[in-house]
Amino acid sequence: MNTNTKINATEREEIEALLPWHAAGTLSRREALKVEHALAGDAELAAQFATIREDLSETIVANESLGAPSARAMQKLMADIEADASTASRARSSFSFGEWLSDKLAAFSPRTLAWSAGAAALAVVLQAGLLAGMFVNERQGAGSNFVTASVPTVETVKGPQVMVGFAPEANIGDVTKLLETYKMAVTEGPAPGGIYTVNVRDDRHAEGRARPTVKKLQDEKSVRFVLPKAE
Amino acid sequence: MQTTSDEVLIGRIAAGDKLAMQVLFARHHVRVYRFVLRFVNDPSRAEDLISEVFLDVWRQADKFEARSQVSTWLLAIARFKALSALRKRPDEELDDETAQAIEDQNDDPEVAMQKKDTGAVLRQCMTKLSAEHREIIDLVYYHEKSVEEVAKIVGVPENTVKTRMFYARKRLGELLKAAGVERGWP
Repeated sequence: MNTNTKINATEREEIEALLPWHAAGTLSRREALKVEHALAGDAELAAQFATIREDLSETIVANESLGAPSARAMQKLMADIEADASTASRARSSFSFGEWLSDKLAAFSPRTLAWSAGAAALAVVLQAGLLAGMFVNERQGAGSNFVTASVPTVETVKGPQVMVGFAPEANIGDVTKLLETYKMAVTEGPAPGGIYTVNVRDDRHAEGRARPTVKKLQDEKSVRFVLPKAE
Repeated sequence: MQTTSDEVLIGRIAAGDKLAMQVLFARHHVRVYRFVLRFVNDPSRAEDLISEVFLDVWRQADKFEARSQVSTWLLAIARFKALSALRKRPDEELDDETAQAIEDQNDDPEVAMQKKDTGAVLRQCMTKLSAEHREIIDLVYYHEKSVEEVAKIVGVPENTVKTRMFYARKRLGELLKAAGVERGWP
């Protein structure tokens, strides 16, 4: 070894202390180079490093022989997460009313909510709640605690209107899906005969052009009849 | 194929993504389990503890500041849980006996020596180290933790980590020597 590059006792001690981490490959590049340099010129240090490599190898073997946990650990964790209070609060903070509604409504059969008038009436209530809920969530999500007094409701929606009668076999899920698909909002009803007034909010049907929607709705199996409402 | 980083997973967990939680668990649970098992010497209890460790991750993911690796954070939580569990059972203290309790399925040093299985002798001698020394050897060699990361997990200064590792190696050398294996150091 060149005497100019010979390390002093203190440096050697420091390097000796770093040997285990050098063997494990967890030193910084600068430190690793320093250790490599010292090892190249110090046979005793190199012999020590060889024993460290043996220790490392056997430590891995010893740990690997400890086995692994059973599937019970994961099951317990997921059950604990479901039961945890923070899960519920997190679910509330990122609450998707649409998803929740779809899930809940999917559980209802036509028999449990057989009549379209009841289904649509509930949809009116839920839709109003959805808009208000979404708006409030957005405001809170933006980090503001301020809630405006002028939360928009379905009544404020402008656009052409149609009259819709839903098929008796349509359940509340069908009705809600229909309203979402055509971007409609129920504004009145039910009138005698289970007729609802619905605003068509899709921009494509702006300027009083409700007719394309009427045509499409006529083909929907959840719709008993549909007519453009006289202005 | 690029895998999602642990830090990204933690971000998703903070947002309530249970699938991200499962991915993180699948990635780290075996190592965390083995780390905890060294302390508690009871596989069933170790399983319960790792569930608790990951439940803490679920609860505190939004507080993770990425100042250390996620695996370092996990091991630090695991260590705390394991020590707390031991404290609840005063008859099971973190002493040499506990550390030695999880022994390799190998012969004792003398028998292994007769069979000239140096690796087995080495592993057997490792079980005779103090819990403190065994822990640091596991963290450095098996869990691949840097000086800084070990310091964070164990809660001691970095210089203490280096010194402790040095003495752990020295003690291991002495145990090997007593078992008839001369390595020239210490």
